[in-house]
Amino acid sequence: MSNLQRFYSYINLSFKKLKRREFVKKATLSSFAMLLGAEIIFGAKLPKDYTPLALEGVDPFAMFNKNKGMTVLNDKPWNVEPKVHLLNDNVTPNASMFIRNNGLLPEALDASNWTLTIDGESVSKQKTYTLAELKSKFKQYTYQLTIECAGNGRNEFDPPAKGNQWTLGAVHCASWTGIRLKDLLNDVGIKSNAVYIGFHAVDQHLSKDPKKEPISRGCPMSKAMQDETLLAFKMNGKDIPMVHGFPLRLVAGGWPASVSGKWVNRISIRNKVHDGTKMIGAYKVPSKPVAPGEKVKEEEMRIIESMPVKSIITSPKTGAILAGKSVIINGHAWAGELEVSKMEYSIDFGSTWNSCALKKPANRLAWQHFSATVKLPSSGYYEIWAKATDSNGIAQPMLLPGWNPKGYLNNACHRIAVKVK
Amino acid sequence: MTSTNFSIRVSKIKRLIKWAALLSVIYAASLTYLIIDLTTPAEVAIVEAPVDPDLIENGIHMRTGLLEAEGMMSVVTNCTSCHSAKIITQNRMSAERWNETIKWMQETQGLWDLGGNQEIIVNYLVKNYPPTSKGRRMILENIEWYEMEL
Repeated sequence: MSNLQRFYSYINLSFKKLKRREFVKKATLSSFAMLLGAEIIFGAKLPKDYTPLALEGVDPFAMFNKNKGMTVLNDKPWNVEPKVHLLNDNVTPNASMFIRNNGLLPEALDASNWTLTIDGESVSKQKTYTLAELKSKFKQYTYQLTIECAGNGRNEFDPPAKGNQWTLGAVHCASWTGIRLKDLLNDVGIKSNAVYIGFHAVDQHLSKDPKKEPISRGCPMSKAMQDETLLAFKMNGKDIPMVHGFPLRLVAGGWPASVSGKWVNRISIRNKVHDGTKMIGAYKVPSKPVAPGEKVKEEEMRIIESMPVKSIITSPKTGAILAGKSVIINGHAWAGELEVSKMEYSIDFGSTWNSCALKKPANRLAWQHFSATVKLPSSGYYEIWAKATDSNGIAQPMLLPGWNPKGYLNNACHRIAVKVK
Repeated sequence: MTSTNFSIRVSKIKRLIKWAALLSVIYAASLTYLIIDLTTPAEVAIVEAPVDPDLIENGIHMRTGLLEAEGMMSVVTNCTSCHSAKIITQNRMSAERWNETIKWMQETQGLWDLGGNQEIIVNYLVKNYPPTSKGRRMILENIEWYEMEL
């Protein structure tokens, strides 16, 4: 190598170093640590006034520890979806959990100074707890809870529905540890006129207007007081990853994921249906069926509560070319507040159905696992369709369910394509 | 005299302290440099921004992913400062529904009055991102076929 070449490579290296340094400066120390799920040991030596986290130009898969096979639907705010075969684990790991955000990620999160305030018209007396108090004062519970985005499957609606075009992957069932919301509310004291809870959190509105909340939803008291409705601080046995709501989030299994507020620092006990951001104009479907494309007035819409029965085949991945005439399929099924009582598959577009082995849920509101050995009569192209039926006898439709303006609740049967050689 | 000697000594010590301070500042600075550099997690890949923010390659505006066509820069300027272009390119709507969406953004999201640009923007969107009929169920497309191991 000539001296000149050496000089050039040195310059090049220094330039790269500079770029990296620029990047580090842009990241606020705390959120950077949160994002990576690791402490920055020399953090104290960095000045405090760094510019806010600049997420653009960053690899989201590395930043959020996600599988590279996921699809980035949106990067401002971050919305990332796994392909359905990445959801094969019984308990969903962080790597393949979908990311749904309505606003910008919080810029700094300090678990040691985190507090939760319970206020609102229907609280006996406003009360604030530190995170440490929540952890020490109340009994902790761990549940596997299915959380599905209400807009999962939106991409199939015709005419197209507005919003992130989720396909099949906006659902997960992780193991959540926290305290029961009902234990906390009983400790605070709730008036008999309480109707609804509404959460507030520290994420930012896209406009960065501090007076605007990106999302502030909630649920009726009956859901808030369920045993499985948690204020969680652990996911799969570890601190909740930053993008999934560190250090404290609500988890309301079986309901639209938007009820499970992330980064929660305040919960209001309301004497009416909560009227926070995205309680109106979103997460609603027509009260009565409408024709595709029809306009529906706000007062003719109802809030989505329990999610409908649904299932996914997570193995094999669609597109398998089989050497033999049989294949083992497996996947998960869930039914909002209910349980899945029957799981079937079809290889002839619904002419005949065969049953799958179906396991009981790990606990109420956890998804259930199914499997079957599918026999295929000859070589050729097949679609394997899966259909779940809930404990009320309601099954998934093979066609798209009723059109709605925002494209929610698509629980049409999932299918994979396979070929026998 | 002793007092002069003393003041010479004092100024010598002062100089020494100054040098020591300067050196320690340099030392601390270089240490910080190293620390920052070393603690930069290697797995954080940095996607290099295109040199030209409005670079167009194969008919695509590289920074936003928008299709190059008449009105594109109006979309870039007015629509991508608050949200990602990805939410635009994912959606397929009629002029009426794009106009409704703009109205909603103005009423609730702090979008400004677009003036004459609104028509340019909506025309661009309808023309370049038109809705396609999907029916009651789409056929399975873009399947990546693979040999499955037994």
